[in-house]
Amino acid sequence: MSGKAPEAMPAAARVRLLPVLGLLLALALLCALPFVLSSYRTFQFTMALVYAIVLLGLNILTGYNGQISLGHGAFYAVGAYVAAILMDRYGVPYWATIPASGLVCLVFGYLFGLPALRLQGHYLALATFALAVAMPQLLKYKGIEAWTGGVQGIVILKPDPPAGLPFTQDQWLYLLTLAIATLMFALAWNLVHSRVGRALMAIRDHPVAAEAMGVNSAWFKSAAFGISAFYTGIAGALGAIVIQFVAPDSFTAVLSINFLVGVVIGGLASISGAIWGALFIQFVPNFADHISKAAPWAIYGIFLIAFAYVMPAGVAGFLRLMWTRARARWVRSL
Amino acid sequence: MEAFLHQVLSGLATGGIYASLALALVMIYQSTHHINFAQGEMAMFSTYLAWTMIAAGVSWWLAFVVTVLASFVIGMLIERFLIRPVEHAPVLTVVIVFIGLLVILNSVAGWIYSYTIKSFPSPFPAEPVLGGLMSAHELGAIGVTLVVLVLLYVFFQFTPLGLAMRATAQNPVSSRLVGIRVGWMLALGWGLAAAIGAVAGMMIAPVVYLDPNMMSGVLLYAFAAALLGGIDSPGGAVIGGFIVGVLENVMGAFVIGTELKLTIALILIISVLLVRPSGLFGRVIVSRV
Repeated sequence: MSGKAPEAMPAAARVRLLPVLGLLLALALLCALPFVLSSYRTFQFTMALVYAIVLLGLNILTGYNGQISLGHGAFYAVGAYVAAILMDRYGVPYWATIPASGLVCLVFGYLFGLPALRLQGHYLALATFALAVAMPQLLKYKGIEAWTGGVQGIVILKPDPPAGLPFTQDQWLYLLTLAIATLMFALAWNLVHSRVGRALMAIRDHPVAAEAMGVNSAWFKSAAFGISAFYTGIAGALGAIVIQFVAPDSFTAVLSINFLVGVVIGGLASISGAIWGALFIQFVPNFADHISKAAPWAIYGIFLIAFAYVMPAGVAGFLRLMWTRARARWVRSL
Repeated sequence: MEAFLHQVLSGLATGGIYASLALALVMIYQSTHHINFAQGEMAMFSTYLAWTMIAAGVSWWLAFVVTVLASFVIGMLIERFLIRPVEHAPVLTVVIVFIGLLVILNSVAGWIYSYTIKSFPSPFPAEPVLGGLMSAHELGAIGVTLVVLVLLYVFFQFTPLGLAMRATAQNPVSSRLVGIRVGWMLALGWGLAAAIGAVAGMMIAPVVYLDPNMMSGVLLYAFAAALLGGIDSPGGAVIGGFIVGVLENVMGAFVIGTELKLTIALILIISVLLVRPSGLFGRVIVSRV
């Protein structure tokens, strides 16, 4: 800084201020959304926020730590079922089931991460894929039917907003999800930009060098699995409450592939990418459904391959590139 | 006892089909070190091609031959156009492309043929054989699997092209130096894998019926079989396939019930990867850092 001309400083500071202002503006717009949209659209945006939390968690594991998971639908299912069982069988209030689901998934993910330590690349993808494919059968298992309700699943009641707040149920759920999502985004941002985040990325980029620098690779990798599952579990609980229903066949391998699509389209190793990815997997199928029942998936497949070839950093990476260029041009023009 | 024998024999029949698909996986793994997540979907698509021809009045075996040849060409085209650009890309990119391929094949099949379940005829007579222990289709499926295996063995052991493919799998750089066209060998490997997958698809379709999602379970068993036998060992994949087939049937019938059959594959995959990642017959790879 000391070597630079003094008049360059305020311009640079102004440029740095812009993202913060943009973020606040975006948050304000998001808060206003349920009051201008129909309740069905509000529901859709709530689900987009739920997916954004999942993608955030998956990105911590796959994008930042380089461990491929094709099985996050299974963690999502566990989160959803924990919430549904707690509410339906034990009468726990809905808000308390959200952290509970997160914690159960944290433990489950950490435990699954321990054997996964020995697996890399394709093998990890394979093991997690197997988990995703087997999940619906496990949920239908007769021995746990007393809790899970078997094939029929569990129906949950839609929670009312706290007394005294002038919101409809849908608006309240949206705002609750938005608050939780904002919190989760802030946590993820801090995690990624901390010592832990740097360790995760070092393990992804060069495991041997990371070990040599004193990073406990085994611990960080299973912790990444746990944290990722924690995010997914919270989202699963929210998803169950929003949809008011859980059943084994909503958690097939298709769901896990959905999440992978979201992460790739949004942008690997990018926090904001979770939003773009979530919007994509929530809204593109809706539009494509009008063409054919199979169309959304054809589009997914084409987008997946196209992004892998030409835009590996996803929408977020593309936007970042455009932003950097625009800023460089602007700073130069000042 | 007879019920047990019956389960073992029909396990061998499905095991043969898993063995074929596992063999296709091994084929691609050996040449490129990629695990092809779209293998099941490729087989499903081939089976639909065969169904179209049979529905149009073509005889079963002619449709079989045409399908195998067409699958071979499609497999090569997929390698040339989709896989080649990401040959040296990170694993994640390759997995994403495979999943993309899986999704596209699945949805295109659904788009063209709809998601309703279709029955697929068997070329073998309907009456049971071996004193009622097996259906003729099961015996036929085992026979077809064995024929495929013998053909592949002969191809890889006794033909110059087979030798060139094995050389490419072992050491691509030296192979290129002695004049083998490595790129085409990889494409050939994909073509063969697609053709073997097509055979597996046409053999399993009369049992599980034809629909775009018919292969998701089968693929999982094939993964388990390939890993159990050793992902780089073709012979191991075949033995693994038969073991998984019998295990699935016997466990499903007598121990844990049919609802949890897929879990057997999950447990098998994870325990093999943990206890003996190289499988029963695979090479143990020691990597230098």
